[in-house]
Amino acid sequence: MGFEKFGRKSFTAVTKTSKFVDLLAEGKVEGTVCKDCGAKFFPPRADCAKCLSKNMDWFEMPKKGKLETFTTAYYAPFGFEADPPYTMGVVDFGGGLKLFARIAKDIKPEEVKVGMDVTIRPLKYDDGQISFEVSKT
Amino acid sequence: MKDVAIIGVGQSSFVRGYEGSIRELAFEAFREAMKDAGITQKEVDASVFCSAPEYDKQRSPAGVLAEYLGLIPQPTFYAESVCSSSSTGVKLGYSMIKSGLHDIVVVLGFQKMSEITSAESQERMGRGADIQWEAPFGTMMPAYYALYAQAYMAKHGLTHDDLMNVRIKASTYGVINERAVYRKPVKPEDFKQGDPEAKMAGPVAWPLRVGDCCANADGSSCIILANAEKAKALSKKPVWIIGIGAASEAVNMAARPDFTKGLSVGYAAAAQAYKMAGITVKNVKVAEVHDCFTIAEIMAYEGLGFAPMGEGKQLIREKATYKEGRIPVNVDGGLLSKGHPIGATGGSQIRTIVLQIRGEAGPMQVAGEPDIGLVHNIGGVGLYGNVTIFGR
Repeated sequence: MGFEKFGRKSFTAVTKTSKFVDLLAEGKVEGTVCKDCGAKFFPPRADCAKCLSKNMDWFEMPKKGKLETFTTAYYAPFGFEADPPYTMGVVDFGGGLKLFARIAKDIKPEEVKVGMDVTIRPLKYDDGQISFEVSKT
Repeated sequence: MKDVAIIGVGQSSFVRGYEGSIRELAFEAFREAMKDAGITQKEVDASVFCSAPEYDKQRSPAGVLAEYLGLIPQPTFYAESVCSSSSTGVKLGYSMIKSGLHDIVVVLGFQKMSEITSAESQERMGRGADIQWEAPFGTMMPAYYALYAQAYMAKHGLTHDDLMNVRIKASTYGVINERAVYRKPVKPEDFKQGDPEAKMAGPVAWPLRVGDCCANADGSSCIILANAEKAKALSKKPVWIIGIGAASEAVNMAARPDFTKGLSVGYAAAAQAYKMAGITVKNVKVAEVHDCFTIAEIMAYEGLGFAPMGEGKQLIREKATYKEGRIPVNVDGGLLSKGHPIGATGGSQIRTIVLQIRGEAGPMQVAGEPDIGLVHNIGGVGLYGNVTIFGR
């Protein structure tokens, strides 16, 4: 399975981090950690920006985070026209780990608040695309 | 420091649907700048062309445009940092002259956005961010800046009225700038929620509305740089580049340290530029800042030190950034009303400040003969930041 499966629509087919999509299919949202210096990255990287090591491993992202900020898109770019409105946000897990994703449709727009407790979960679209989303704890 | 001066500035009108090709669009700004400088192409040693790619079909535009402008066989190349491409071009031109390689360099920014549809444009702009990890969610520029606006509203008490008032200020000057794409006034009732007649009120990427977003446009800008010897010989009113700062930041929103603190590149580039110029924020008499969205102008106030972090809203509440205010900002209409033809924007901002320092800004002229002006030009969602300071 290649990286073209990632997200609503992927713009990247080949990456050394394509295992991310396989892990999503197994129900896991994972980042990468440098085996040499311990630096953790999300989104995942195949190479360490801190010590320039290529010796990376996968680690599962924390389950509990806080929504740092969000936005609801009422227009969409080319290729996403069927989707609006959709809400996207940044989750802060502490310790420098954050992620950006769409917020699950089962959270009502008026319920979304800066600072709310959230978690993340993998998501499979009807067309076979695989992603992850921010959801209620 | 008086090593490199601007001896000529030019800008096309910023329009929707320019009736000509990119080379003809480039010619408009170039011709005006060359006449302003009073030189011929033989005196130009090199050229730098600046745009964001994929709006038009021309690959490697520098050689093509240089030929059309009569700038061959001199060296030419292409500079890109999305929305700040022509500020980057000016930094490169400055470096080429300061190094002694060249005496006179033309920096030309252009963009013909109308060659593609608005939805395609949103997709292109979204791909100026992280295409591997973010674009698959359906990101676009308004959504990214909305993340900052939301965080500012939650933490700093920024309101929709504050954002609206930035737009209203921009329109005040768009009305009097005959080169602006949006020349209509904007009134509070244009933002009234739930009123179908309120053309600025519709949500784009909440909390940002139609009126919070800059106007796409076609346009070109041209800045002609010269070394001190040439500038003194050729120009009655050379305007000197006295400070340059530039910085970069992580592309992915997951790597941004704190959304309530604005764009890190704004702070970093400003600090470098102030240091190089040997001035403080108090010396700046007039500024052009990157208001691609209303929230971006508020963040710019803070990054530049016009207001403390989180207090940018106070400047718009006090009307301190109007033409008559303590620190006039974007009195040419800014990106919001003058328009934002991506690759041309930085050069257009620089042209405005050069005209202000020369006292030639017409109805937009700031009183008190401003001697120092500043340009703040951001690329992407704070991916690149450029601050350039100009003086007499």
